[in-house]
Amino acid sequence: MDHLDHLEAESIHIFREVAAQAARPVMLYSIGKDSSVMLHLALKAFHPDRPRFPLLHVDTTWKFAEMIRFRDARVRQLGLDLIVQVNEQGVRDGVGPFSHGADRHTEVMKTEALIQALDKGGFDAAFGGARRDEEASRSKERILSFRSRAHQWDVKKQRPEMWSLYNGRVNPGESVRVFPLSNWTELDVWRYVRRENIPVVPLYFASKRPVVERQGSLIMVDDERMPLRPEERVQHRTVRFRTLGCYPLTGAIESEAASVDAIIEEMAASRTSERQGRLIDRPDGTSMEAKKRAGYF
Amino acid sequence: MAASPKPSEQSHVRMMMCGSVDDGKSTLLGRMLLDCGAVFDDQLHRLSDESRRYGTTGKDRIDPALLLDGLADERQQGITIDVAYRYFATRRRAFIVADTPGHEQYTRNMATAASTAELAVLLVDVRKGLVAQTRRHMHIVQLLGVRRLVLAINKMDLAAFSEAAYRAVDQQFAAFAEERGIDDFVSVPVSALSGDNVVVRSSSMPWFDGPTLLDALEAPERSRLDAAGPARFPVQMVCRPDSSFRGFQGTVRGGSLSVGQRLIALPSGRQASIARVTTMDGDLEVAAAGRAVTLVLDDEIDIVRGDVLAPVEARPEVADQFTAHMVWMDEQPMLPGRRYLLRIGARTVNVQVTDIKYRIDVESQRKLAARTLSSNDIAVCNLSLDQAVPFDPYRVNRDTGGFIFIDPETNATLGCGMIDHSLRRSSNVHRQAMRIDRAARSAQNRHRPCILWFTGLSGAGKSTVADAVEQRLFSMGCRTMSLDGDNVRQGLNRDLGFTVEDRVENIRRVAEVARLMLDAGLITLVSFISPFRSERELARSLAGDGTFLEIFVDAPLRVCEERDPKGLYRKARSGSIPNFTGIGSPYEAPTDPELRLQTDRSDVESLAERVIALLAQRGVIDP
Repeated sequence: MDHLDHLEAESIHIFREVAAQAARPVMLYSIGKDSSVMLHLALKAFHPDRPRFPLLHVDTTWKFAEMIRFRDARVRQLGLDLIVQVNEQGVRDGVGPFSHGADRHTEVMKTEALIQALDKGGFDAAFGGARRDEEASRSKERILSFRSRAHQWDVKKQRPEMWSLYNGRVNPGESVRVFPLSNWTELDVWRYVRRENIPVVPLYFASKRPVVERQGSLIMVDDERMPLRPEERVQHRTVRFRTLGCYPLTGAIESEAASVDAIIEEMAASRTSERQGRLIDRPDGTSMEAKKRAGYF
Repeated sequence: MAASPKPSEQSHVRMMMCGSVDDGKSTLLGRMLLDCGAVFDDQLHRLSDESRRYGTTGKDRIDPALLLDGLADERQQGITIDVAYRYFATRRRAFIVADTPGHEQYTRNMATAASTAELAVLLVDVRKGLVAQTRRHMHIVQLLGVRRLVLAINKMDLAAFSEAAYRAVDQQFAAFAEERGIDDFVSVPVSALSGDNVVVRSSSMPWFDGPTLLDALEAPERSRLDAAGPARFPVQMVCRPDSSFRGFQGTVRGGSLSVGQRLIALPSGRQASIARVTTMDGDLEVAAAGRAVTLVLDDEIDIVRGDVLAPVEARPEVADQFTAHMVWMDEQPMLPGRRYLLRIGARTVNVQVTDIKYRIDVESQRKLAARTLSSNDIAVCNLSLDQAVPFDPYRVNRDTGGFIFIDPETNATLGCGMIDHSLRRSSNVHRQAMRIDRAARSAQNRHRPCILWFTGLSGAGKSTVADAVEQRLFSMGCRTMSLDGDNVRQGLNRDLGFTVEDRVENIRRVAEVARLMLDAGLITLVSFISPFRSERELARSLAGDGTFLEIFVDAPLRVCEERDPKGLYRKARSGSIPNFTGIGSPYEAPTDPELRLQTDRSDVESLAERVIALLAQRGVIDP
């Protein structure tokens, strides 16, 4: 077995273990490459049965339109249950990244919406596609991350994980967040996408797209809601995305990589980390940890 | 990560780093990530920013250790407080590194990291040589079955890159390794801060002709532990998408499984052969160790989650009593006799530690006596499970020989253990199946047997209510027995005091006696303070379904103290009785009792009537 075989087997083991222990599992599906790989692994884990849990997409209403199209096509094709959660109060209050800033938008439309969905569904286990190599505070995250009734993450209450034994037992109202891709790196993900022919959103591949330069990032003008500043003008450049999220908060990179092979080749030469394009992680080195304490994935 | 394009055949290595903060462990790992190209420019930029703010390497010098410290708390304290996982790869291998703290009280983190590692890097400061902590690390690493060691002798730059200094530590280690029976090791002189012999060969140590640290890590392993030994398949799930398919899902732990192979399901002992090994990518002829697959058998035998499938000719043992090495991880001490949950493979059972044989001082290797285990203690214990489970000794198979302890109330993971062997008494002492059993005995009575467990503070009125209930039952012609705390403590339990451990044992014995009474067909009234929830739950699980009724005799502490029928509260308040429940020792009130009686609100007669009504409602007695 090579490295990818080991990673695959570990993820499948985690899926099965949690599905067997939890009363109401759910899988967070954020449409990106990690979610695509996670979904593929879930299909493998339960084959020839289907995963007996729904997918949950927290829709901030600011995702790239192409992501939503991909999501709907994929779910239809696989015949899976999908829950789409939108924070309706946030919509009524007109919360968005342009009007309220990245932090407030993320808190209301992402973290709050997620908690609403988890409470509404009474889910006691939620799979997420986060990886430990993404960010420093993630590197200490458990594969099963225990959350209190208030969805809070308490470093002191995290359970030691020994061997392949995962303790997913919770009392009513408590839950675990489960990260089957914990030990995968960004490169592992792309190599696995190639090996398994996993469909991903076309935004990952280079193409001519309308972008503006803003604070050193290339922001794609995905719809008419994006207000242009006087000095800004829309340019058509060949770009792609390393991560996908809300379009106003996701910087594109200039790239000619139009296939998975080309992406892998580009990564070998790349000198920047994938989260660099994400505007929400910028303020300081520990911002992810503060968000996690509040219930962020 | 960014350094080299990788061919698809890249092997997978899990390793751990051990050493103390002062040995420069974070610096070494940070250096490996930097030199293997696993650090991106934006991270490097942030690193140089942070080196100025928090760094300990002086102005304008990058502190690689800061790459690794993820949590805000740690940066402020300047120490690593948990297990962190790092990733880097070379052309040939992808490494998953568990970075563990060297700080004294974190034995449990080391054990966690070691549980999945095949290889350990031990870091020592060349100027100090092997210190007590190095021995501690080696002990834990060996205990958890890590067979390959790489000794990184660090800070060579501070010893003028002296060959003699390196040789002295190397020889010291070789002697120690021999004493401990470690034969698979190599040592490398390095400077983590400057990178000498880490990834790049040092020009300052031309006298050294061994491998660099990275070369040592890339060397092929002699044998993989997980591929040796017979196959084990702990069943995680039964897959039944429709009536035509029934498969068993799990991961092959050790050995390999092939189509046609005859398997035995344990603990049931039923047999069948493998008809198919299925995956989403198609059927396989052979499933190698580590593969996650779905097995279809040729015969419809009953198999559930937690069962272990194994070759009939090389089956694991099945037992309910073991000797095991344990590592305790929780702040609350481990108490022998207390009920915990044990998870082994996909199976969860009730467990009690029956005996702490000895605790091990990891520095001196001395065996010490112990009555309880505290956080980070390592000990050899005897365990008793409430059902027999399939297992292998840990040295044979880590996955079927390692277990965790779980708190039945909070569900926290409390500790872990490694099975050494089963206890002979469990395989040779079989339960005698008697022809006259509980059902037969109770058929002679006009009532069903049950246990009425009265719990509450001293002075709450347990014995008074129990006495009134028993008088009523007796007059109705029921056969009863009463077990009272004070009375039992003068006989059966007179060797026990009032420490937490003794209270646990006190209740365990009473629970066992009550179960015997139950088998005798009696309605048994137990009046014990029984302050801890977990022991009451133990008594409930011993009794079996529907035969255990927990009655919470509830009165406020203030009321009990006013009543003070035995003058005990007065003594406790004056300090002459330590560990008195409610004063110096906690009382954990039942969360979901069958009945709650508030003795400060009603009289004894009406409370006794409520107990009788409960018995009628549960069908113990005819109304």
